[in-house]
Amino acid sequence: MSDIADRVKKIVVEHLGVEAEKVTENANFIDDLGADSLDTVELVMAFEEEFNVEIPDDAAETIQTVGDAIKFLEKNSA
Amino acid sequence: MFALTGRKALVTGATGGLGGAIARAFHAQGADVAISGTRREALDALRAELGGERVHVVEANLADTAAVEGLVPAAEAALGGLDILVNNAGITRDNLFLRMKDEEWDSVIAVNLTAAFRLSRAAVKGMMRRRYGRVVNIGSVVGSTGNAGQGNYAAAKAGLVGLTKALAAEVASRKITVNCIAPGFIASPMTDALNEKQRDGILATVPMGRLGEGAEVAAAAVYLASDEAGYVTGHTLHVNGGMAML
Repeated sequence: MSDIADRVKKIVVEHLGVEAEKVTENANFIDDLGADSLDTVELVMAFEEEFNVEIPDDAAETIQTVGDAIKFLEKNSA
Repeated sequence: MFALTGRKALVTGATGGLGGAIARAFHAQGADVAISGTRREALDALRAELGGERVHVVEANLADTAAVEGLVPAAEAALGGLDILVNNAGITRDNLFLRMKDEEWDSVIAVNLTAAFRLSRAAVKGMMRRRYGRVVNIGSVVGSTGNAGQGNYAAAKAGLVGLTKALAAEVASRKITVNCIAPGFIASPMTDALNEKQRDGILATVPMGRLGEGAEVAAAAVYLASDEAGYVTGHTLHVNGGMAML
């Protein structure tokens, strides 16, 4: 597992207060992890801070699973 | 009660009568205040009046989109965070509806409504992170009652009420409250300029029989910005001497 994946999962666990084993790459923030739409906005803000990147709104909308976030950040973070 | 000690507040339109009164009241309650407006000299004078401590001047013309975008980051940098946003800045471009120019409509909507939207959007981001925030929008009685010659202004002020309620619903779970104050006729350079007949005409519609004071609106803002008002959100608080009991 990549370092980015670890950091993403850690943020998700902390922010949503879910158990680490539930945070799989296929887990959908809303359907599987109990996030509401505002949580997803906050998660994107947290990713932006952690990885020091800007995630534009149209990209943010495509980030619906843990794996989506990891993929985006692997591609776009320095 | 209602102490704002250590709270960090941005007040737009702070050189106006109401904005100045709100900045003074917040400062007196212990807040760190960033005062914003278009007139540098007036901002500096207000800062000097308040003794310079816990007061930061952040100049911004809210008719300028880039200035609006830069204001919250500038205030956060000056204050070291932002707990309270008061969207007070407003302009009038009165005209009869049938004579109203598109520019008169657009400029009033831009400053009185769109700037409040943009500033709230920017401010609430940090408030969500910190799990605390107060947004106070300064509306007007005419947002509820309408007023001949103020189609643009009344629409913008009514728009603020809807904005207030929608945002309040979205961010309530993050301990952020969003409220509106709707002043009636408040003593200001504008009302000072009225002649006696105009003044009497206005006062005939106010059961209290007098104009309001800026400090009376500021007191409402202090309340809504305080910790004690933590369960009040999406509300419009009317401060109008009874001229419209809504």
